[in-house]
Amino acid sequence: MEEINALFHGFSVAMTPFNLMLMFVGVTLGVVIGVLPGLGGANGIAILLPLTFTMPPTSAIIMLSCIYWGALFGGAITSILFNIPGEPWSVATTFDGYPMAQQGRAGEALTTAFTSSFVGAFVAVVMITFLAPLVAKFALKFGPPEFFSVYFLTFCSFIGMGKGSPWKTLTAMMLGFSLAAVGMDTVTGQLRLTFGLSELMRGFDFLVAVIGLFGIGEILLSMEEGLSFSGRSARINLKVVIETWKKLPQYWMTSLRSCLIGCWMGITPGGATPASFMSYGVAKRMSANGAQFGKGHIEGVIAPETAAHAAGTSALLPMLSLGIPGSPTAAVLLGGLLIWGLQPGPLLFVEKKEFVWGLIASMYLGNIAGLIIVLTCVPLFAAILRIPFSIIAPLIIVICAIGAFSVHNAMLDIWFMLLFGVIGYVFKKLDYPMAPMVLALVLGDRAEDSFRQSMLISQGNLNVFFANGLVGSIMALGLVMLFWPLVNKLREK
Amino acid sequence: MLLKSLSVFKKGALFGAVSSIGLAMGAAPTAMAAGWEPTKPVEFVIPAGTGGGADQMARLIQGIVVKHNLMKQSLIPVNKSGGAGAEGFLAVKDAKGDPHKIVITLSNLFTTPLATGVPFNWKDMTPVAMLALDQFVLWVNAESPYKTAKDYIAAAKSAAADPPKRFKMGGTGSKQEDQIVTVGLEKATGSKFTYLPFKGGGAVAVQLVGKHIESSVNNPIEAVAQWRAGKLRPLCVFDDTRMPYKTKVTSSMAWNDIPTCTESGVPTDYVMLRGIFMPPGVTQEQVSFYVDLFKKVRETPEWKKFMEDGAFNQSFMSGKEFAAWVEKTEGLHRNLMKEAGFLAKK
Amino acid sequence: MTNTDITSADKHAVIGVRAMEIIVAVVILAFGAVIAWASYDLGAGWADDGPQAGYFPFYIGVIIAISSFVTLMQALLTRAPDVGAAFVERGQLKLVLSVLVPALVYVLVIQWFGIYLASAIYIAVFMVWLGKYAWWKGLLLGVIVSVCVFMMFEVWFQVPLHKGTLYNPLSFTGY
Repeated sequence: MEEINALFHGFSVAMTPFNLMLMFVGVTLGVVIGVLPGLGGANGIAILLPLTFTMPPTSAIIMLSCIYWGALFGGAITSILFNIPGEPWSVATTFDGYPMAQQGRAGEALTTAFTSSFVGAFVAVVMITFLAPLVAKFALKFGPPEFFSVYFLTFCSFIGMGKGSPWKTLTAMMLGFSLAAVGMDTVTGQLRLTFGLSELMRGFDFLVAVIGLFGIGEILLSMEEGLSFSGRSARINLKVVIETWKKLPQYWMTSLRSCLIGCWMGITPGGATPASFMSYGVAKRMSANGAQFGKGHIEGVIAPETAAHAAGTSALLPMLSLGIPGSPTAAVLLGGLLIWGLQPGPLLFVEKKEFVWGLIASMYLGNIAGLIIVLTCVPLFAAILRIPFSIIAPLIIVICAIGAFSVHNAMLDIWFMLLFGVIGYVFKKLDYPMAPMVLALVLGDRAEDSFRQSMLISQGNLNVFFANGLVGSIMALGLVMLFWPLVNKLREK
Repeated sequence: MLLKSLSVFKKGALFGAVSSIGLAMGAAPTAMAAGWEPTKPVEFVIPAGTGGGADQMARLIQGIVVKHNLMKQSLIPVNKSGGAGAEGFLAVKDAKGDPHKIVITLSNLFTTPLATGVPFNWKDMTPVAMLALDQFVLWVNAESPYKTAKDYIAAAKSAAADPPKRFKMGGTGSKQEDQIVTVGLEKATGSKFTYLPFKGGGAVAVQLVGKHIESSVNNPIEAVAQWRAGKLRPLCVFDDTRMPYKTKVTSSMAWNDIPTCTESGVPTDYVMLRGIFMPPGVTQEQVSFYVDLFKKVRETPEWKKFMEDGAFNQSFMSGKEFAAWVEKTEGLHRNLMKEAGFLAKK
Repeated sequence: MTNTDITSADKHAVIGVRAMEIIVAVVILAFGAVIAWASYDLGAGWADDGPQAGYFPFYIGVIIAISSFVTLMQALLTRAPDVGAAFVERGQLKLVLSVLVPALVYVLVIQWFGIYLASAIYIAVFMVWLGKYAWWKGLLLGVIVSVCVFMMFEVWFQVPLHKGTLYNPLSFTGY
C-alpha cells in the first residue's frame, strides 16, 4: 500500500497544467523523432536535454521521458506505411504491418501497433510500480554467460521460421554476422575486417542496412510493378480504431506472452530490439495462425510492438535503481539525471522519492497522452498512402538518405544505403530471407562479446553456460526452441 | 518534499544567473581583446559513445554554455566513437584550419593509435586546454572480506597460480586505460588477473555488485552510486596524493578517506586526461577564444558540483604547459603499453 | 503513364532467374572467402582463454562460402520447370533503373553540394520526369521540403547534415 500512496503523491506532482502541457509537447516531438529514421529517441533527448535546464528537474524529466514514449510510438508508423523501420525495434513490425498496409489495412495495422504499444508499456509500468526492488535484484544475476544465453534464446526462437531454402537462410544470417563483426573488437581491441579503411572502423550500423534493404529495396520492387504503392485504398476515418479494438481482445494470450518477454528483456537488459524479435518468433510458433505470419496477420503486429514497449519501459528500471542504462536512450537520460544532480542508483528511491514517483506517475500519464495523440492521427497517417507515388517516392528516398547520414554523420553511409537497397531488391527476388540477416546484424557483436567474456571467465571451458540454474535453464529453453521445428516435423510423420 | 527540491533548484538557478551576469561582465573585455568568435555552430566531437564519461562531460558543457550564455553560437555534440575513438580524432585531424570544431579527449588519445596502428597522433591536432584529470579507484564488492588493498592483493596472489580461479578484473574496453591500470597493478604486486572488457563503466560497476567479477578500476563517478548504497567498497586510489574532497559521501567516508594505493603498499598511479583539442592549423586567437570559454565554464556552479560528485582532479592547463604535459604522458603510455605487449603489430 | 507504352520487346527477359542465382552465389562465395582470409590474418584460433579476434569471423566466412557454394550447385544442377523464368523483364528493368540511376546521381550530388540542394533538385526532377507534373510544382515542393528539413535538422534539432565537399551552397546562411 505504501506504493499506492507514493504513486498518488506522484500523480499530484505530475498533474500540474504546466507538466501536462509538457507531456503533450514531448509526445508530439517524440513521434516526429520516431518517424524520421536515423533520428532516434537518443538523439532527440540528447539534443533537447540542454533546453530543459531552465525548468524544474521533475518537469524536465517528465518532458524527456514523454519524448521517449513518443519515439517508441512513432517508430511503428513508417514501418507499417513504407516498410522503413524508423527505430531498430520496429523492424519486426514491418514483417506483418507492411503487408497489412498493402492490403489496404493500414489504419487497422497502425491502431493495432499503437494499442499494443500502450498495453506493453502499461504492464511494464505497473511492474515497475510494485516490483521495483525485486526486479532490480533479478537484474544483478546477469553476468556474461547469462547475457549470452539470452541472445542464444533470441536466435533460437527466430531460426527455422523461413520456408525457403535453408542454405539461403544460413547464408543470409551469416552475412548479417559478418557485417556485425566489422570494426573494433571489444574483447581484444583489434580492428577487424576494416581493410585499412578508416571509414569502416565504426562498423556497419544496423539502421543504415535496414533503411537500404527494406526501404530502398521496397521502392525498387514497387517500381517494377509500375508507379504505385499498393495500399491506396486505405480507409481514413476514426471508425477503424473502434473496429480494430473489437478484434484485439481475442489475442490476449499473444499480448500477455509478449508483455512477459518484453519486461524480462527490458530488465536484463537485453533491450527493446531483441525483445521484439524474440516475441515475434515465439508468437509465430505458439499461435494457431502461425502460418499466416508474414502475410499481414494482426498478431504479427501485436507481438513485436507489445514486447518492444514493455522492454523499452522496463529498461528504465535498471537505470533508476542500478544506474545501468538498458538502451542508448536510457543512457542519455542517465546523463541528464547526473547533470541535474540526481544520482541514479539504489539510493535514488530513498533520497529522491518525489522525483522517482513523479517520473513513474508521468509514465502512466505520458502513455495515455501518447495513445490519445497517435490514435487521433491514425486517419492522417493512413492518408499519406494516398499521395501519388511519384511524389512520395522521392520524399522517401530523401528521408532515407538523411536517416542513413545522421546515424553516424557519415557520407559513406548514404552510399552503403544505396548498395543495401540493390542487395535488398536482388535478395527479395531470389528468396534470400532478410529477417535472419537483420537479426544477426543487430545482435551478432553483442552475442560474440558476451560469449568471449564468458570464455575469459571460464578460461575456455564451455561448461560455464550450464554452471547455474539460471543460465542453464535459458540455454535449455533455447535448445528446445532450436529443435522445435524438427520435433514438429517428426510428429507430423 | 517536492517543495524542498523545487526551492533548492530555484536557488541554484538564481545563483547561476547571478554568477553568469558577473561572469559576463568580467569576461566582456577579454572577449573583445581576443577578437575572434565562432560565426557558426561549433561541432563538439566526442570520440566515445553516448552515456560514457566523455559524453556526459561534453553534454554538461553544452548545457552550461547554453544556460549561462557563454557563447553566441551553439555547441553541438557529435558522437564519433568508431574504432575506439579513432573515427572522431581522424575527423578532427582532417578538418585542417576549421575553428568550428573541437574534440574532448580521454586516454584513447594515446591508447588508440598505439594499440591499433591507426595513423594519428595528438601532434596532428592543436592542444587547447586540460579540463580535469579523472581518477581511478580499486573497487571490490562490499560483501567481500577484503578491507584493504593489501588483503585483497594477498588473496589475488594466492589465486593467481590457477588460471580458472584467478581474480577477475572488470574494465571498459580493451588495451585502454582500465587494462593499463590492471597491468600496472600486476607489475607492482606480481599478481595475475583475468581482465574482462565491457562496453561501459556503468556495466562494470553492476557486474561487480552482482559478483560476476572480483574487482574493478572504475572512475569515481561510475561507481559512486553503488558505493553510497553500500554495495561497493573502495580500497585505494591510483594516484600519488589522496583526492581532496572532504565532504562525506557515505555515512562514514569522504573521497579524501580513501588511501592512495602507494600508502597501501601497492605503488601504482594513473590519471586520465579530460582535455580539449582543435584541428591543426588554427590561429592563436581562435585557440584563446576556447581557452577563455573553458575558463568560464570552470567557474560555473554546475561544473564545480560535477567535479566534486565525480571526485575529479581539477588541474587546469593550457598553451605550452599543456602541450608539454601531453607529450610527457604520451611517452608514459608508450612505455606502459610496450611493457604490457599492447602495441599494434607493424 | 509508362505502363501504357510497354511493347512486346519490354517483355523479354534481361536475365534469367537461374543466371542471377549463379551470379549472386558466386559474389557471395567470393565475399565469404575474403572474410575468411582477412580473419585468418587476425588469428583465428582458440587460445587458452577462449577464441581469438578472428575466430568467429573466420568460421562465418567459411560458412558463407560453403552455403553459397551449395546454392550455386543447386542453381547449376536444377531441373526445375521454371528454370528459364525471367529474373527481370526489360520493361521492368527500365522502370527500376529510372529510379536507381537518378538515385545514384542524387547521392553523388549530395556528396559534392550537400544534402539540401541535392534533395530539392531530386524531388523536382523525379516529379517532373516520372510523374509528369508541371515543372514549377516539382520545384516548389522540392524547395519546401528542403527548407523544412533544414529548419528541422540544422536549426531545431541541431543535427548538422552533409554540406558538400566541392562547394557548400548554403554557406551564406552561416551553417
